[in-house]
Amino acid sequence: MSAQIRLWDIHGGIHPAENKSQSTTRGLEQVPLPRQLVLPLLQHIGNHAEPVVQVGDRVLKGQLLASAQGQFSCPVHAPTSGVISAIGPAPYPHVSGLAEPAITLDNDGEDRWTPLDPMADYQSVEPLELLERIAAAGISGLGGAGFPTARKLLSRPEHPIHTLIINGAECEPYITADDMCMRHHAARIIAGIEVLMHILKPARILIGIEDNKPEAISAMRDAAQQCAAQVVAIPTKYPSGGEKQLIQILTGEEIPSGGLPADIGMLCQNIATVLAIHDAVLLGKPLISRIVTLTGAALDRPTNVEALIGTPIRELLAFAGLQPARLHRLVLGGPMMGYTVAAYAPIIKTSNCLLAATLDELPPPPPALPCIRCGLCAEACPAQLLPQQLHWFALGKDYPQLQRQNLFDCIECGACAYVCPSSIPLVQYFRAGKSEIRALERQHTRAEQSRQRFEQRQERLQREAEQRERDRQERAEKAARAKAAREAKAAEDRAAAPAEASDLARVQAGKANTLSPEQKQLKIAAATARMALKKAQKQLAANPDNTDLQAQIPALEQALAEAEQAFEQATSQEGS
Amino acid sequence: MTIILTAVITLLVLALIFGAVLGYAAVRFRVEGDPIVDQINALLPQTQCGQCGHPGCKPYAQAIANGEPINKCPPGGEATIQALADLLDVEALPLDGEHGEEKPPTVAYIREAECIGCTKCIQACPVDAILGAAKQMHTVIVDECTGCDLCVEPCPVDCIDMLPLPVTPQNWRWSPPQPAPLTDKMPQRGVA
Repeated sequence: MSAQIRLWDIHGGIHPAENKSQSTTRGLEQVPLPRQLVLPLLQHIGNHAEPVVQVGDRVLKGQLLASAQGQFSCPVHAPTSGVISAIGPAPYPHVSGLAEPAITLDNDGEDRWTPLDPMADYQSVEPLELLERIAAAGISGLGGAGFPTARKLLSRPEHPIHTLIINGAECEPYITADDMCMRHHAARIIAGIEVLMHILKPARILIGIEDNKPEAISAMRDAAQQCAAQVVAIPTKYPSGGEKQLIQILTGEEIPSGGLPADIGMLCQNIATVLAIHDAVLLGKPLISRIVTLTGAALDRPTNVEALIGTPIRELLAFAGLQPARLHRLVLGGPMMGYTVAAYAPIIKTSNCLLAATLDELPPPPPALPCIRCGLCAEACPAQLLPQQLHWFALGKDYPQLQRQNLFDCIECGACAYVCPSSIPLVQYFRAGKSEIRALERQHTRAEQSRQRFEQRQERLQREAEQRERDRQERAEKAARAKAAREAKAAEDRAAAPAEASDLARVQAGKANTLSPEQKQLKIAAATARMALKKAQKQLAANPDNTDLQAQIPALEQALAEAEQAFEQATSQEGS
Repeated sequence: MTIILTAVITLLVLALIFGAVLGYAAVRFRVEGDPIVDQINALLPQTQCGQCGHPGCKPYAQAIANGEPINKCPPGGEATIQALADLLDVEALPLDGEHGEEKPPTVAYIREAECIGCTKCIQACPVDAILGAAKQMHTVIVDECTGCDLCVEPCPVDCIDMLPLPVTPQNWRWSPPQPAPLTDKMPQRGVA
């Protein structure tokens, strides 16, 4: 479908020299396998990936090297087969030149794939499962921001997506990576769009391409004939490729300040990201390579290459015939938004262009002059901000005012600095202001966290002190109780001693009372008789033949019986 | 006489009405705590370092609310003094050097091989950012450390270093350009 739709215009914008033709004459080339690849664990916005391999491990092409940590993270895969030679800080393509944790992979030259799991009939699969597949393939936005794609696809579940926008505008001078991608992989891109259609079920799909890429437009139109997607040629103007700007050009709708396209039911994906989604879903391939533009007058043969993620920049430049003597500045990205990098850093998922510029191409900026309040910057700003006002507040470090003037809606496109007659490096002011505000916010969150921890600690200490105090009191009470008990016992003992004495007296008295003198005498008599009987029995036992004793025994027995009877009679009389 | 009486009665009635309204408002819109102390506390850096002479930021906030000078907080530095001056509408004083100098933020690192596990630093840490147990190695939770220095002093084997926070691509900051000089003279321009 290629029916004309109404186009809108964005505010401002500029028309810098395009410089795109240099790198499009050689088609899409393959670079020789680099000897060593450096794979940073942070190639996206969000958390670092966590390595799942160890130094010395042998890995296959496409094997998982580091897994995602949380929702805002992306896994990293091996771009070729080889041996892990290091895990640790390594060069990173960042303007600061600081190192970042990375996995270093020594190529074994075999380029052997791990078994892949292609999915031909994705239409019978639930969208959520496809999203998991996209997340597992390590896809983050390849347009430059590096937002994890699966996360972006479900960013606002409460807002259904009615318009899917595919960004092929590629508005920045020099860069032709998306152009080449569309020229060579149009069919795969359209298949990737169909995957997105299955996931999002949008009512319309618009592919926005700037009209300075006629080959790409015709290739995409040819490929999209059977597809609901509509290829729209938009007028060439920088920065029409910004997400918010492209949406405005294609639909006339503006994204609210601080909001996402999903807030108004739209979603924007870059051409190269769609291609990666196709490869991940239909071929089962993780994101391990991307198209990079190698351009600039310091290169003998500027071109576009399909480069493995992690390829050192210097190897790519050598492939394109770098003339070190001519090189003045090496820029990652385009001349408007790119930044200077070191050649020993690797390319990552977001690197779309390497600009090896000569002194004539990117001359050092002339010294900045005072602002003359001409207002050209405000006319050029595609976000309809007031760069001049922002500049004053940035100079005065008035961060609250900068935020009130919507500094964070600035897309850092550089249009204001481009038109500034005083050559004021406005974007640098805004970037510095933004990073300062972010640092202050981080500091504030940290302070808040520390305050909470301090207060919790104070509470804990107080609780512990109270507990100790309670324990102490308890112990004191216990001691007091024990003391009281001891004292009570002692008093009781003292009280009990006379009582015992009287008991003894009573018993003695009782005994005395029970036996009268006659009874005593009778008892003594009975006992004497018993003793005499026992004595006689003993003697008889010793001398069984003694007849005298034999005769005495019955008499003694009778005497004992009489004595006992008399005593019993006496006691029973007493008792009754 | 009647006029005077009317006036007095009117004023009395008005006084009663307003008294009732104020009394009601005092109960209905009662503010828990001292809002100004909380506002001051929110501006302090919460390092809990005690360099101001108070046992933590909240007590200093309380003291400021009671009229103490606002320039006793070295970790907050000029920015905090300025913010406090704006909040309290007082003059921003230069930092009182008696309480220390403004330093870049640091975090504590324990040289773990040397740690004897005495727990003294754990007890000193105002934000519970040190992990360990008796006769076990201790370590600092870097994300929680406020860089207050309070653990350095109690360490019997001097195995705690205060190191500046490492700069990573995530917390690296763009530096602002040098502002254009404000002179009458036209600077020499290069190729425009």
